[in-house]
Amino acid sequence: MVTYVFIASAALAVIFGVVAIAHRNPVANVLSLVVVFFALSAIYAVLGMDFLAAIQLIVYSGAILVLFLFVVMLLNIRAVERFGSGRPWQAFLGAVTAIILACLVVLGISELHPAKGSALPGSDKGTAYAIGHALVTTHLFAFELISLLLLAALVGALVLARKESR
Amino acid sequence: MNPGALIPIPYTWVLVLSAVLFAIGTVGVLLRRNGIAIFLALELMLNSVNLAFAAFALRFAAEGGGAAAALNGQIFIFFIIAVAAAEAAVGLALFIALYRLKETIDVDRFNILRW
Repeated sequence: MVTYVFIASAALAVIFGVVAIAHRNPVANVLSLVVVFFALSAIYAVLGMDFLAAIQLIVYSGAILVLFLFVVMLLNIRAVERFGSGRPWQAFLGAVTAIILACLVVLGISELHPAKGSALPGSDKGTAYAIGHALVTTHLFAFELISLLLLAALVGALVLARKESR
Repeated sequence: MNPGALIPIPYTWVLVLSAVLFAIGTVGVLLRRNGIAIFLALELMLNSVNLAFAAFALRFAAEGGGAAAALNGQIFIFFIIAVAAAEAAVGLALFIALYRLKETIDVDRFNILRW
């Protein structure tokens, strides 16, 4: 079962990875990359890394790619084609892909059940506990530096994207 | 399949997927001229590297590195995702600034530093 989930997720990731770089519409690029990251999240779940699967969904698909989408729509509004323009099979394919992806994530996560005896650290409580513990003990300095880096990136992005008011 | 494995699939499959995604991202960076599309391909490459980290972490854990090896790999991926978020914010702000300057994000139009 795990093998099939992995193969299906990998195939989806490769196919939509190609779409993400080959399609001419930037919005289609971004949304295809969302599909790729969903598939990667399923693969992380198959590998037994539940924390990373959640982070991949929340941070990458939820935050970073939405940021990309904002910028794409901010910059070239005229180049964005309207959706649902006479291609009903596209909507159908999209729905089928979404359902398959949801099934893959659920199947991958269901394999994480502790009764199956995963040997990952802290697998009885999930890997989030072990990772969180290591972040505030062994890797505390790097963890604090990352927060500083994110603050610097926040300020830098504000300064760069600010409108010059002269 | 692979003795002492933590997962029922061979690690090489994960590494092959990582390599394929990295190649796709490289092609995207090299061929696209839209700045944001290049950036998206870059994100794909970062994610393929994360996948390789995950595969190697599980492999080393299975080959006697212990539980800490698998954990360190995941912490590496966590930091890479954080750095990628910072990089995306700054990069997209740069593209907004460039768009204000030239009304385009075609990277071929930004060639003042070429010579």
